[in-house]
Amino acid sequence: MSVVNAKTPTPNGDNAINKTLAWFGTTLGQILVSIFVPAMTFLVLWQGYLFLQRANAPQIVQVVVAIVWGVGGVALLYLVTNWLVMKLPKRASKVLQPFVFVGPAVAIMAWFLAIPVFRSLVASFKNYLGTEWVGLDNYKFAFTDPRMLETFRNNLLWLIFGTAFSVGLGLLIATLADRTRAEVIYKSIIFTPMAISFVGAGVIWKFIYTYKGTGVGIQEIGLLNALVIALGGTPQPWLTLPPWNNFFLIIIMIWLQTGYAMVILSSAIKGVPAELLEAARMDGATELKAFFSVVVPFIKGTLLTVTTTIVIFSLKTFDIVRVMTGGNYGTNVIANEFYLQSFTYTDAGKASAIAIVLLLLVTPVIINNVRQYNQSTRGF
Amino acid sequence: MAKKTLKTAKQIAAFWNNFVLIIICVIWLIPILGILITSFRPSEEIFRSGWWNVFPHKENVEVERIVIPESVDLDGPIEILGTTATFDEFRNGVTLEDGRIISWYGNKRTRTAIVSENRWVGFDTKLTLKNYKDVIGGKTISYKDAQGQTITRTGNNLGGAFLNSLAVAIPGTIIPILIAAFAAFGFAWLEFPGRNLLFTIIVALLVVPLQIALVPILKDYVNMGLNGTFLGIWLAHTGFGLPLATYLLFNYISTIPRELLESAYIDGASNFTIFTKMILPLSVPALASFAIFQFLWLWNDYLVALVFLGEKNQTVTIAVARLVGEKGQDWHLMTSAAFVSMILPLIVFLSLQRFFVRGMMAGSVKG
Repeated sequence: MSVVNAKTPTPNGDNAINKTLAWFGTTLGQILVSIFVPAMTFLVLWQGYLFLQRANAPQIVQVVVAIVWGVGGVALLYLVTNWLVMKLPKRASKVLQPFVFVGPAVAIMAWFLAIPVFRSLVASFKNYLGTEWVGLDNYKFAFTDPRMLETFRNNLLWLIFGTAFSVGLGLLIATLADRTRAEVIYKSIIFTPMAISFVGAGVIWKFIYTYKGTGVGIQEIGLLNALVIALGGTPQPWLTLPPWNNFFLIIIMIWLQTGYAMVILSSAIKGVPAELLEAARMDGATELKAFFSVVVPFIKGTLLTVTTTIVIFSLKTFDIVRVMTGGNYGTNVIANEFYLQSFTYTDAGKASAIAIVLLLLVTPVIINNVRQYNQSTRGF
Repeated sequence: MAKKTLKTAKQIAAFWNNFVLIIICVIWLIPILGILITSFRPSEEIFRSGWWNVFPHKENVEVERIVIPESVDLDGPIEILGTTATFDEFRNGVTLEDGRIISWYGNKRTRTAIVSENRWVGFDTKLTLKNYKDVIGGKTISYKDAQGQTITRTGNNLGGAFLNSLAVAIPGTIIPILIAAFAAFGFAWLEFPGRNLLFTIIVALLVVPLQIALVPILKDYVNMGLNGTFLGIWLAHTGFGLPLATYLLFNYISTIPRELLESAYIDGASNFTIFTKMILPLSVPALASFAIFQFLWLWNDYLVALVFLGEKNQTVTIAVARLVGEKGQDWHLMTSAAFVSMILPLIVFLSLQRFFVRGMMAGSVKG
């Protein structure tokens, strides 16, 4: 009897599937699949990318496709790479797998932050097109040009007054609110501006500072000028009055950042042991004295962190100045000058030098962070 | 007795505490209240008077106009309603005995005096949704300016900008979290050469100002055709957000008990299944904290959107900033636009404040 006859009759379709499955079992098949799947993934993502790049579908369709494609695409990439790595021999798979997990993050951070540090450094020694070496010319501009000196002065004002008032007010509110029953309400109100963009805050405060000018029958619609008139003064164009306009801009930062300082300091204050405070009071210390001799030393670490964060923020301040004055009338800051140099004057050399200056300014914080991290891991 | 004075002293202290806090809170809220009210006022009203006039208040209201006959010499004393005064005095306003005020209308040649009365007004405040309709739509709009003239121009299409902001912020939040969670797991639980060095670099990158990257990355984007695309801005936000996300999630994931994972490994689970079936569900609180943080940051971001998206696919912050730059006096549009741009972050923020605060505390090393 032939082998064929012994077999139970099966429909042709099933046979074909079996054959196909068997083919997948061969090494060649596996290699082909391993190429085919990533290739398909890539093709799908590429088509999505082209669709988004052309972007002539109705906006809402584009947005939905953008969301599905972006989020799904990333998930798919991980799935496919992991699947590929798992197909490899066990030892290779074990060595390679950590890189499936950390690889994408490391690659993106390298592309977007680590490598640009060096690229900007190189560009800062070249001319505006990046075609010729110009030595230290761009740094000469960055450290001696009157424009830059003005930005340094203004950033210093932001740093000193913005930070002092944000942290000081935050500490005051946190301390006072800690002793009231409506603490949550007070804190929520002060904290709310944190949700508002600097651009939105710019509109809010521009409206407060707005100035109509003098004339018969003109009523000021800006709150500040209306208050000044009510108190018997003359209205002023607050935003075009150097150097005071800097302070009117800094007020916006204080309005936005006090909530941040308050929330962090508030939780630190709650950690102060009640017995310590009680003991100080027993010794006859006034509330104020108890605050400075017990609470402040206890929360010193937090105070330092909050101050550092707000200092960095004040060094990088950009949106507020951009929206309110565009850096005119003596209100220019480093980050705005960077923006002007790179996108208005398209001078990549000067812009890069300014970016490096910004980086230098935050370097002490970077060093400190790294040192602290290394200390915390030494125990392992 | 001593106890009683102590109690009253405490009450007085509590009173002052609340008093100071209430004043600070009022100062904090007035700016927002100002633009909220303004955004609902008709445009010509906004130009005419401050927003606080919507509340009942006393104001000089014009009751009649008197035209001075040609026969009267305006350089000499003028008699109006039985009161005699010079032109200069009338121009500054003269108060009658019954409280009415006479003032001059315009310049001398108008020969017109205005009689006004100090009355309570503001009970019939007109509020409108027109500003919102105008600013959200992208079609032609018209409104009245300060002089009562009708102005026609194209709307600002803030509705479209709102959608764009969503398209930037939602994937821009999820993508870095996903990538960071994978990386944090890798750094916390997998052994590989260079692990500690790489993580130290990530800690260093936490405070690197993103300005350093804008020029080089924009160059890459122009070469790759990514400039102005959503993909480009997601990648940029992913790059700038990853150090903090990885750092926060690493801190969280590395505290998950070792035994929990080891038993899973013994059961033969692969790294990938452990990650998706155990790590991700266990890290939900940390993921949520960072998600809110990142979402608010992206929604409110101006610089990155300005550089990589520009006016094509403009986000709400760009639309509002443009409005301020181009139409600096159109307060009815600016205030309503600002409010449209704020409404979503405010809702997210107020409803999920708990998570936000947690994320903020953990991330206070970043600038």
